[in-house]
Amino acid sequence: MEPFKKNKGLVAMLDAQHVDTDQIIPKQFLKRVERTGFGQFLFYDWRYLPDGKTPNPEFELNKPRYQGASILLAKDNFGCGSSREHAPWAILEYGFKVLIAPSFADIFFNNCFKNGMLPIVLPSTTVDVLFDEVKKTPGYELTIDLEKQEIDTPTGKTISFEVNAFRKNCLLNGLDDIGLTLQHEDKITSYETTHPVS
Amino acid sequence: MAEKTIIEKIWDNHLVHEESGKASILYIDLHLIHEVTSAQAFDGLRMNKRNVRRPDLTLATLDHNIPTTDRSVPVKDQASLHAINTLLKNAKEFGVEIFDMLNPNSGIVHVIGPELGLTQPGKTIVCGDSHTSTHGAFGALAFGIGTSEVEHVMATQCLQQFKPKTMEIRVNGKLPHGITAKDVILHIINNIGTDGATGYAIEYTGDVIRSFSMEERMTVCNMTIEAGARAGLIAPDETTFAYVKDKPRAPKGEAFNAAVKKWKALQTDPGARYDKVLQFDAAEVRPQVTWGTSPGMGADIEGKTPDLTQVSDANLKHTYEKALAYMGLKPNQPIKGLAIDRVFIGSCTNGRIEDLRAAAKVVKGYKVAKTVKAMVVPGSQRIKAAAEKEGLHKIFLDAGFEWRESGCSMCLGMNEDTLAPEERCASTSNRNFEGRQGKGGRTHLVSPAMAAAAAVQGAFTDIRQWKYK
Repeated sequence: MEPFKKNKGLVAMLDAQHVDTDQIIPKQFLKRVERTGFGQFLFYDWRYLPDGKTPNPEFELNKPRYQGASILLAKDNFGCGSSREHAPWAILEYGFKVLIAPSFADIFFNNCFKNGMLPIVLPSTTVDVLFDEVKKTPGYELTIDLEKQEIDTPTGKTISFEVNAFRKNCLLNGLDDIGLTLQHEDKITSYETTHPVS
Repeated sequence: MAEKTIIEKIWDNHLVHEESGKASILYIDLHLIHEVTSAQAFDGLRMNKRNVRRPDLTLATLDHNIPTTDRSVPVKDQASLHAINTLLKNAKEFGVEIFDMLNPNSGIVHVIGPELGLTQPGKTIVCGDSHTSTHGAFGALAFGIGTSEVEHVMATQCLQQFKPKTMEIRVNGKLPHGITAKDVILHIINNIGTDGATGYAIEYTGDVIRSFSMEERMTVCNMTIEAGARAGLIAPDETTFAYVKDKPRAPKGEAFNAAVKKWKALQTDPGARYDKVLQFDAAEVRPQVTWGTSPGMGADIEGKTPDLTQVSDANLKHTYEKALAYMGLKPNQPIKGLAIDRVFIGSCTNGRIEDLRAAAKVVKGYKVAKTVKAMVVPGSQRIKAAAEKEGLHKIFLDAGFEWRESGCSMCLGMNEDTLAPEERCASTSNRNFEGRQGKGGRTHLVSPAMAAAAAVQGAFTDIRQWKYK
């Protein structure tokens, strides 16, 4: 996994609550057996007109001012629904490394960390202010510093955020979960000896 | 020793390694696999020259992509076929047992675990599918995981986890006539919201839950994820033990008795504290019909779509406007009498034998409305066979339903079973997200009995007033 330390980038916003993983990556694309190739289908039903090819000019992420964004500002319960990891794969491949929302669904939140992405939870009021600032300011950028757990805004504000210390360390160092667990192989083996499964 | 909830007991029983400030390493007793979320995990194993550590605790099935039509005909959708063949190949290469489409044990992953007796009290059960919470009905700690975690479990038979907070949801009282487990869970979600239990594992308790059959308990636990919690469980009791007994892969004879003795200890200790407790009164539950594009956008058959003039929160108003527009509904529109085009009875939520019996009871002696296309998709081939033995298929076929092979089918429409744009569907599945059952399709979540009644009437109707023939 690629380490994540800092990200300075353009912010795009998606003004919808309860964005589910079926919207993020519709089921017809889950037939792919690869880990890549999902970015082109991100938000497929919203992003394209019914022909499936022409970008929908009404969809927020299609607006020219958001092209190249690496930070996505979203609303409550982002990523709810299915466990499909294809959702964070699609978001990452599209270009977003950081997601900011008042809340995320559990499985999606967890899946993000497994892919070197940083989902940040901020209070609703703070997120609403960020939405306002992005709306008013084309080219709006944020700087995210994971080590310091801080977000710098163009207006000179610094917003601090919480992140679980273990997950932070895994992200900063790009640690491989499986490798970490296998360091305790002796304990797994000993557990298996004492706890046979019926 | 301190009093513990059943959630904490199962957690503690599976701790392989614990270290302050880090994720705990939990042992996994059963890993279920299907074709949509496993291919990339197997690739990861190959890339890192790793094996499946415990193929004997791993079981694969095909369910999401498979057609529900004649199984002797080759799968037409080439992408689906490739996904199916990839899992067949991976299972063989890594020595994992797999039920192919022709296997009489095949079916939806969350239906076959219980019916084979692999789902047992006290187990930790995971699967790359959010509805793994279903298995919690047996007093197991069961939850959905992502593909990276699928690979992690394959390689280590363990999972790194942070301990969830605990929530008790107590359903008191007695269920009114015509009200089902599906109505109870939809009512709960409607009240607490789709993120009402995010970060928690739920224990369902109370008289109503205790009185539920295993099928009903599975329906409740299945939709736990729709309230935001990854896991929801029900402490095992005699109902649980009776269901597991004599199942093909359950312990037999003395081993079963010994297991039951162990399972009986899986109760929340008196005085144990939950991080949150919610109570519901069963008497208040009415037949539920969701109106929107999230399972929390619920109403009952006597209700209406939201009155937007009464919604003051700007974010919520925006969300409701969008949902109403997608669903082709107006604010303040009554649910009763709303015409439908399609009916889907099936899924890991409501595709079990009792669900089919409940629907058949409603349908018996009636015909599906001329304006409606209705289908029944059993949750597994075993359920299909059991239903046919009881003659349920005849009731459905006589009424004009299609009677299909098992699979996930139109719950998520990965195969050919999909809604056309703007088609309105009464569905016994678990999600009414935009496009879930087909791009532009409009899903209303209901119980099997409500879906069956809607099929006959061609519109949503109150099951409590149904004239059974």
